[in-house]
Amino acid sequence: MSEHDQVSFGETEERKMLKDTLRRFLSDAYTDEQRMSSLSAGHELSTGIWSQLAELGVLQALFGEDVGGMGGHGFDIVTVFEELGRAGVVEPVLENTVLAGGLIADLGTNDQHALLLEVMSGSHQFAFAHTEPGGRYDLTHITTTAVENGQGFVLSGHKAVVSNASSAHTLIVSARTSDAADSEQGVSLFLVPAGQSGLSMRGYPKIDGGFAAEIELNNVKLPADALLGQLGLAFPAIEARVSMAIAAISAEALGAMEAAKELTIGYLQTRTQFGHPIGKFQVLQHRMANVLIEIEQARSAVLNLAAVLDKGRMQRERNASATKNLIGRTGRLVAEECIQMHGGIGMTQEYALAHFARRLVMVDHEFGDTDHHLERFIALSQARMSAHDQ
Amino acid sequence: MKEQIDLQQFRNEVRQFLDSKLPVRISKKVRLGQRMTKADYEEWHAILNARGWLAVNWPVEYGGTGWSAHQRLIFEEESCAANAPRILPFGLMMLGPVLQKFGSEAQRNWFLPRILNGEHWWCQGYSEPGAGSDLASLKTRAVREDNHYVVNGQKTWTTLGQHANWIFCLVRTNTEVKPQAGISFLLIDMTTPGVVVRPILLLDGEAEVNEVFFDDVRVPVENLVGEENLGWTYAKYLLTHERTNIAGTGFAKAGLDAVRRIAGQEMAGGKPLIENPYFAARLAQVEIDLMAMETTNLRVIAQVAAGQAPGVESSMLKIKGTELRQQINDLTRRAVGPYAIPFVSEALDEGFNAQPVGPEYAAPVAAQYFNNRKLTIYGGSNEVQRTIIAKQVLDL
Repeated sequence: MSEHDQVSFGETEERKMLKDTLRRFLSDAYTDEQRMSSLSAGHELSTGIWSQLAELGVLQALFGEDVGGMGGHGFDIVTVFEELGRAGVVEPVLENTVLAGGLIADLGTNDQHALLLEVMSGSHQFAFAHTEPGGRYDLTHITTTAVENGQGFVLSGHKAVVSNASSAHTLIVSARTSDAADSEQGVSLFLVPAGQSGLSMRGYPKIDGGFAAEIELNNVKLPADALLGQLGLAFPAIEARVSMAIAAISAEALGAMEAAKELTIGYLQTRTQFGHPIGKFQVLQHRMANVLIEIEQARSAVLNLAAVLDKGRMQRERNASATKNLIGRTGRLVAEECIQMHGGIGMTQEYALAHFARRLVMVDHEFGDTDHHLERFIALSQARMSAHDQ
Repeated sequence: MKEQIDLQQFRNEVRQFLDSKLPVRISKKVRLGQRMTKADYEEWHAILNARGWLAVNWPVEYGGTGWSAHQRLIFEEESCAANAPRILPFGLMMLGPVLQKFGSEAQRNWFLPRILNGEHWWCQGYSEPGAGSDLASLKTRAVREDNHYVVNGQKTWTTLGQHANWIFCLVRTNTEVKPQAGISFLLIDMTTPGVVVRPILLLDGEAEVNEVFFDDVRVPVENLVGEENLGWTYAKYLLTHERTNIAGTGFAKAGLDAVRRIAGQEMAGGKPLIENPYFAARLAQVEIDLMAMETTNLRVIAQVAAGQAPGVESSMLKIKGTELRQQINDLTRRAVGPYAIPFVSEALDEGFNAQPVGPEYAAPVAAQYFNNRKLTIYGGSNEVQRTIIAKQVLDL
C-alpha cells in the first residue's frame, strides 16, 4: 500500500542542503516585521525578499532541468514549501512557479520557455486565472470562452479570487474553446499580458496574506501565439499542476503547523497560572500531544503525495485528495488548539500565531476543501475498484 | 397550560415590537456582519429603554423588565432572528445586578439610571496580563489615602473599552492574605487623570479589545462597592449573571438559519450546496446538537423558575453553547468556498456601496470565524469551566 519504495522519503543530500539553506535564510531575513511589511506592502511585491529568494535558487528549485531549473520534482516542491510555511512567507511563490510557471514549462514552446528564465530570476510575475464565480472547487467548471477570429482569439468571461493577479505581468487564463462547461475536453490556456485591452481587474487583500483579484475579460483580443499548449487539450496539464499545487500548499501548511506548535510549546512552558507553567496541567499536555501526533500524520500525508506526483493520473489524484482532506482537518485542529491553549494572546494581530492560524484555516479554501476532497477520494476509490473488477 | 399561552403572546409582542421599532439600517448592518459603531449601540439601547425593555434581567423596581428566564430566552431568540444588535452586557448584565445586591443606596440611585439612559458606558476591568484563567492572582493595586484609593496597574482584554467612560475593576487592597481575600470591587471614572486606554488588534484586524492602564489614579472611596476585600464574592456573583443565557441558543439558531440560506444559494457540482450530502451531514449534525441543547437550556431555566440558582449548569451551557456557535461559524466559512478568502475591510463599514467581491454574504464570514475563537476563551475559558464541573459536580 505504501507509496514509498525506498525508506529515504525523498531526502537527498541536495534537498537537505536546500532545506537547511532556506531555513537559515528565512529565520534571519523573514522576521515577523518582514512579514508585517510584506502584508502591508499593498499590491507591490516586497522586491527585497523576492529577489533574495530568486538569488538563493529557491525559484529554480521548483523547475525541471529541461527548462533551466534545478529540480521541480515532488520532493523538491514539498521541501521548499514546508520552509516557506514555517517562516510564514506570504510572497507568491506558488503562483509563479508550481502553477503558472509550471504550466508554461509543461506546455510551452521554446519561445514561451524563455519567459521562465525571467520568472526564476525574479523579474517577471505570473498568475493563474482559472477559478470562476459559482465554480467552487470544480476544476472543469470553465465558462470563459475563447473564440478564434482569424488573427487569433477573443476571450470573454469572469475569473474569481485570482491570487497574485494584481502584481502579475502576465496572466495564464483558462478558457473554453469547445465542449460544454464542466467537460474536460475543449479547455485551452492563454498567455494574457496584464495591460491587455478589455481586461479589467479588481484587486483586494486575502485574509491570510497576499493579494488576489476578480478579473473581467471583455472581448480581450489575443494573437494566435498567445495559446499555451494545444487547442482544447490543456486540462490534463491543469489537473497535474493543481495536484502539485495541492502538494505545495499542504507542505506549506505542514510548515505553518510546525511553527504554530513551536510557539505553543514555548507558551505552555513559560506562561504561569495557579503557580505553575500551564504546560504542567495534564489536560493541556494531552491536547498538545494530540497536536503533535496529528502533525506527524500530516507530514506523512505530504510525503505520500510528493511520491506520486509524477505517477499516473488516478494514483496522483487519489493521493492529492487524501492529502488535502487530511491537511484540511489537521490545519483546522492545529490552528484552533494553538489559539485556545494560548488564550487571548493567541488571538492578537501582532503575535505570529495569528498569521499561522489564519493561513492554516484558509488553506482549506484553496484547490478544494476537506469535504470536496473526501467526496473526490470516495469517487476515485470506487472508480479504481470497478477498474480492478473488469 | 396558561403559562405556555402567555409565552406565545409574549413572543408575538416581542416580534411586533422588533418589526416596528428595530431600524432597518441597523438590522441590515447586523445581517451583513458590518461593524457596529458606538452610535449604533446607543441608538438601539435608547429604543429598548423607551419601551422599558433594555434591562432584561433587572427587577421592575430598578427600571428593569422583571422577566422570567424563559421570557428573556424568547426575547433573545426573537432579537437574534430579527438581526437586532446584541444588548451590551457590561452595565446591564454584569454591573447592574452587583449594584442591586451589594451596592449602597447612593450608588444604586446614581449609577443604575445612568446605565439605562446611556450616560454611562461601562467596561469590565478583570483580566490582567498575568491574571487570566487564574483571575485571583490579579495585581492592580489600590491603596487607601484619606478619602481616595490610589490605583496603579493594568487591565487587559477590555471589550469596547474605547467607547467606555466608566470601568468596574477588581483591585488588590490587601497583599497580606490569600489572593481571593484581598480583592476589592471599585468603580472608576475613566476620565480621571492617569487612565490610559490602548487598543489591541485581534487576528480579524479589529480593535474590539483594549489594554487599560492606571497610573496613580485617584478614586473616591464612595466608589467602592460593598466592603473592602470582599470583591471576590461580588465578582463570583457577577459571573453567574454574566452567564445568564450563556447558552446563546438565539445566536446559534439565527446563525444556523443564515448558513442554511447561504448553502441554498451556493452551488457545488451543479446543485445547491445544501443538497450536497457531505455538507448536509455537517449541517444536520449541528442542528441535532442544537435541538438537544435548546432543551438542556430550558431544563436549566425550569430549575431557575422553581427557585434553584443556576450553578454549575451554567458552566455546561457555556461550554456546549460556545462550541456549537463556533461550529456554526465553521460551517458558514466552509459554505462560501473560495470567496471566504477576499478580505475587503471597507465592505464591513456601513455605506459601502461598491460592488461586493463575490456574494454579499461572503464578506464577513472568515473574519467572524476567527473572531469567535474568543467564545471559548472569554468569560472563564472552557478549560476553567470543565474544571469547575469536575470539582463541583463530579467531586474529583
